[in-house]
Amino acid sequence: MNTTASRLRHTTLILAVLGLLALLLADISITTRDPGIELAHIGNGFLTPDFFSTEKLWQALGYTLAFALQGVAVGSAGGFLLALLWRWRAVRAASAIVRAIHELFWGLLFLQVFGLSTLTGLLAIAVPYCGIFAKVFGEFLEESDRAPARALPTGSDAFSSFWFARLPLVWQHMKTYGAYRVECAVRSSAILGFIGLPTIGFHLETAFRQGEYSTGAALLYIFLVVILSLRLWLRPVLLPLWLFATLLWAPPQASVTSGRLIRFLSEDIVPAPLRQSQWQWSELADWLLKLLQEQILPGVGQTLVLGMAALLATGILALMLFPLISSQFGHRLSRGAGHSLLVLLRTLPEFLLAFVFVLVLGPSMLPGILALALHTGAIVAHLCGRFTDTLNLRVDAANGLNRYAFEVLPRIYPNFLAFLLYRWEIIMRETAILGVLGITTLGFYIDSAFSELRTDRALVLIGAGVMLNIAVDAISRGLRQRLRLRHGLTDQN
Amino acid sequence: MSKRLMAAVVAACMCFGLLACDPATPNKPVLVFSAIPDQDEARLIERFGKVSTYLSEKLDIEVRYVPVKSYAAAVTAFRNNEVQLAWFGGLSGVQATQLVPGSRAIAQGVEDPRYVSYFIAHRDTGIVAGDGFPEGLEGRSFTFGSKSSTSGRLMPEFFLREQFGKSPEAIFSRVGFSGDHSATIALVQSGAYEVGALSYQVWDKEVADGTVDTDKVQVIWTTPPYPDYHWVIRGDVDATFGEGFAGKVQRALLELDDRDVLDAFPRQKFIPATNDDFLPILDTARSLGLMD
Repeated sequence: MNTTASRLRHTTLILAVLGLLALLLADISITTRDPGIELAHIGNGFLTPDFFSTEKLWQALGYTLAFALQGVAVGSAGGFLLALLWRWRAVRAASAIVRAIHELFWGLLFLQVFGLSTLTGLLAIAVPYCGIFAKVFGEFLEESDRAPARALPTGSDAFSSFWFARLPLVWQHMKTYGAYRVECAVRSSAILGFIGLPTIGFHLETAFRQGEYSTGAALLYIFLVVILSLRLWLRPVLLPLWLFATLLWAPPQASVTSGRLIRFLSEDIVPAPLRQSQWQWSELADWLLKLLQEQILPGVGQTLVLGMAALLATGILALMLFPLISSQFGHRLSRGAGHSLLVLLRTLPEFLLAFVFVLVLGPSMLPGILALALHTGAIVAHLCGRFTDTLNLRVDAANGLNRYAFEVLPRIYPNFLAFLLYRWEIIMRETAILGVLGITTLGFYIDSAFSELRTDRALVLIGAGVMLNIAVDAISRGLRQRLRLRHGLTDQN
Repeated sequence: MSKRLMAAVVAACMCFGLLACDPATPNKPVLVFSAIPDQDEARLIERFGKVSTYLSEKLDIEVRYVPVKSYAAAVTAFRNNEVQLAWFGGLSGVQATQLVPGSRAIAQGVEDPRYVSYFIAHRDTGIVAGDGFPEGLEGRSFTFGSKSSTSGRLMPEFFLREQFGKSPEAIFSRVGFSGDHSATIALVQSGAYEVGALSYQVWDKEVADGTVDTDKVQVIWTTPPYPDYHWVIRGDVDATFGEGFAGKVQRALLELDDRDVLDAFPRQKFIPATNDDFLPILDTARSLGLMD
């Protein structure tokens, strides 16, 4: 039978089988011997946070917010302009490439040219976000109702018809999405500290890696408070004021010389064999082949394994967690607790989860899978839970497990699958950060290339990552179209 | 409305707060130096702040320290002339001198010509220190420190290859990079990895500080000596800061006898160094394929 339900079942089955296969292939052994001491230290750290031991803490917070706000401002403006040209294939392709590269790697690339400067921080966020905004705004405009524009008198100029008949339909969605992106940008900005920009992540990573858990816990608490209170003080009305303040305090600048840019383009990113005076094509082929065999293929393989296993775990976790916040289940208190749990899980940086899991479980792929699944699972559960609030069940509908299995789940399943497929691409991107932590995904090899100061190799590896991400995105889009899944405008990219 | 007003007040206060810590803009040339983040990273500014104060007095010029997150970032900053002087490890030092023509090593710690790495193992492995290279390493899980560390990666990998005639991936069941020396101790102590390699200085310091449980983790082998840390200065500093500036910096470092400042490294004192002292490191890095 080729019904919608059978297609949903097939897709679920395929994804589940792939996920199980990935789990079989993945190295998920637990190797640690006595994590007790370290866990006790971590626990103790969270109970005795030390807010005063971080050098230049306020400056770090300032930079975190500055890069985030400036990055979103530039990224959304650029994305908006690109969205106007969304029907052009070249624009869609360019924005897909730009957003397939993780902020960390953009940061590492810009570091080579602009150094440790405020401009690097701004660009590392603005560039990938520009691609993301372009896609989301472009799709908003594509999906919006064209009737008002058609109803205009013939001869209305293009600007007026866009301004008065197209933009107002999507403006509210764009604002909501922008606000969500600011929260993401604060997280991204913090993460940029891992590669040396002076944001809060700089100190957070140091504290946890050095075992200074009291300092780390304090930083984490501050970070959580900033993220969770964002909506209170980052009012849309005040946004220009905040932006102005960050521009005054951390104006995007870099002492860049033209020589540095030329060197980057004509030397650093040119494959090593081509830099010799007399080179042959065979040398370049050997270089590429070696890179392909030793790094790209294993890296892509591990990235896929990690991504698929994490996707499966995410799905299971989301299905388990969403009733916690759904108005169809529990009562006010339990929902409150559920909300807190989900917010906590999705705000904790994956890096930190992975780090703690490595200490507890040992260095296999398991910490990576768990970290990605907990973080993404909480997001998908949140979206599903919110969606169930719109359901109108009969007064005499079953309760408990029957309500879950026969009333709620069938109604939200298409949306659940849509959210999950949307998240797939993002999970693949996020494997990058786990690579930096030492799980041998493509990100690991990219990080190695940068630490060996081999930008040429890094660029080829990043290119491979881009192709992988675009392929995953295409498969996900194809599946969604086949299943006729529409995300409406609630997608949280 | 009152909520909005409050938000505005809070926002305004924070803006002024932010403006208040506006970093001063320099107009005279400032000597900027950095150091690889090899240990005790949470106190980098405290540690190296003393060094900049000392150099600043000695050279009669503003000296600023910039913290970096990774060895590669230190080399990149040096190459980009964001820093003119740097305290590098053996590998990062030769990377820097190779990338910046004219740059040269000017000083090293008195300990540095004969630096060593320790191999450490978790007690449960049953591997113990003996005469010569320890038995029973094959098939264990093993962690290096940072990917670009001389004592945590380059030299241990060199000695492993010399000993076994194959790559670390072929010797061990699992090979990782902890990121730095202290993390190596923590990971081996928790049993996440069975064996690890790190700088002898960091081990000795942590044992002295009592942060290592020597019932759980022990030194099983000491590598032969090799040259490691050194100060490198850019060749174009004389043009920026005046004739003979590199020499002045070198003298300032060699004359340094303030225990408090030296402890930041930590070194007994500094002695002269030249690029040639680190040729063995360059050869090793090339033979391992870490440099072209």
